[in-house]
Amino acid sequence: MNHYEAVFILNPVLSDEQVKETVKKFEDYLSKKGSEIISTEHWGLKKLAYPIQNKQSGFYNLIDFKALPTIIDSFELELRRDERIMRYLNVKLDKYADAWSVKRRERNTKKA
Amino acid sequence: MSSIDQAGKANQGEIRYLTPLEISTKNNKKYCRFKRSGIKYIDYKDPDFLLKFINEQGKILPRRLTGTSLKFQRKISVAVKRARHLALLPYQADMLK
Repeated sequence: MNHYEAVFILNPVLSDEQVKETVKKFEDYLSKKGSEIISTEHWGLKKLAYPIQNKQSGFYNLIDFKALPTIIDSFELELRRDERIMRYLNVKLDKYADAWSVKRRERNTKKA
Repeated sequence: MSSIDQAGKANQGEIRYLTPLEISTKNNKKYCRFKRSGIKYIDYKDPDFLLKFINEQGKILPRRLTGTSLKFQRKISVAVKRARHLALLPYQADMLK
């Protein structure tokens, strides 16, 4: 099991419920494939640095999960197929990134 | 007026100071901020921090200007490129700072 991090940008025209539903869909997909979701973050509607699909903003979401490397390919395919997703990035976290993610989560929970 | 003229003649156009001028001769050596502060990982999700390493046009600054070590320069470059992909940083910009 490797530690991964997925960030994706959702279409800004979606309603709050649709956003939640989409995120839930991918969480379910991951847990169905036997991966363990560590945390999720919703950054909300953010302005993009440059237009993507003629849109100036998007909903940013982050999923932190542990998974087998074999499922990443199919997960990316699923992300690409979903037209609500404008952009995504999957990153495998090394040991330093792992330590940072724990620290970052602690800081976020303290703030909240 | 006449006294100034006399002083000028006496010095033959030479400039004299009462106290020696303080011209800083020691050059402040650049250092790698990651090594010094013990940062191990550069987060691509933090565009405000990455802003320190790009210029007004959104280009990555060279090592000779920032003083970053080669190891961390590579990490900065990866982090900036990831941030650009996620539209956290622009690919090209004008008057970014």
